[in-house]
Amino acid sequence: MGIEPTFSAWEADVLPLNYTRTIFCLQHHSIHGSPPVPKRFCIIAPMNLIVNGEQTSLANVATVSDLIAALEIEGNIAVEINREIVSRSAFDQHLLANGDEIEIVAAIGGG
Amino acid sequence: MPKDTLIIAGKTYSSRLLVGTGKYKDLEETGKAIAASGAEIVTVAIRRTNIGQAKDEPNLLDYVSPDKYTILPNTAGCFDADSAVRTCRLARELLNGHDLVKLEVLGDKKTLFPDIPQTLEAAEILIRENFKVMVYTNDDPIMALRFEEMGCISVMPLAAPIGSGLGIRNPYNIRTIVENAGVPILVDAGVGTASDASIAMELGCDGVLMNTAIAEAKTPLLMASAMKKAVEAGREAYLAGRMPRRAYASASSPIDGTFFS
Repeated sequence: MGIEPTFSAWEADVLPLNYTRTIFCLQHHSIHGSPPVPKRFCIIAPMNLIVNGEQTSLANVATVSDLIAALEIEGNIAVEINREIVSRSAFDQHLLANGDEIEIVAAIGGG
Repeated sequence: MPKDTLIIAGKTYSSRLLVGTGKYKDLEETGKAIAASGAEIVTVAIRRTNIGQAKDEPNLLDYVSPDKYTILPNTAGCFDADSAVRTCRLARELLNGHDLVKLEVLGDKKTLFPDIPQTLEAAEILIRENFKVMVYTNDDPIMALRFEEMGCISVMPLAAPIGSGLGIRNPYNIRTIVENAGVPILVDAGVGTASDASIAMELGCDGVLMNTAIAEAKTPLLMASAMKKAVEAGREAYLAGRMPRRAYASASSPIDGTFFS
């Protein structure tokens, strides 16, 4: 990706005036120090993540919960980020960072 | 006589057969075979979820409920201590803090024999992190003792390579391991048919863990039932104490009192 973003969000008709490339929305401004903006303008720049070994670029994904929802993963799973376990109770709070290596696993048949 | 039970990590089980959940045709067959086997401890593997496909795919744990069975996550597919430890940590998270694991660190793909130095390294870390480790090892009595001494709650020597169905290749070593042990000894891997399971139990093992012998039978449900009986029969024979072997015959009917002479 060059200087100009290629992600479709950047091509939207209406962008908030205080749009920047950093994360900003009501939910996260206090953590990132960005000004609060109305929820409908919440845009999170696409992040490059390695999910289960695959390079993935996802926008509007801030927390582990967001990621699980975006990937439409259902059922019983466990998550490891950069080789550390993220407990289920922390999915809503744990913020993802560019370059995170994420493993999402489940139980399957085995001997 | 008190009820003969198997105690693993403080929990009492009436079945001495532990089964895997791999290689079945589908999850329905998995569930039915496990029910037919009477097993109460069931192994599962930990793998990456399929992302972007088969969203509605049924979940193994819907068919093999943790409410009904003790789930024993394994580290199958791990060839070094680090990946085995990570797998166990993920499993514990997945199963809400359940800390019983089957540790196996494999040495090569052809034999799937255990890599003992790596297994030791992983066991040490896991025990420090309060996991209850059931360890897959080879049929070496010295290593079995070593794993027990370091705090593994059960030692599981192989009978033969995983999935080989070759049966108990070294019964004398298995017997020595059992004689030395203060923790449950389970034969894990290599059982091919019911008589193999019985032999393991007759040697004094506390239980048998198997997967392929049932899953790859022509009729898995029937083999599951056969294995249940074989393990029970072998256990009873062990407790009963077998007769001594003799080189020659010993008549079962009295020699005296025949009406012919």
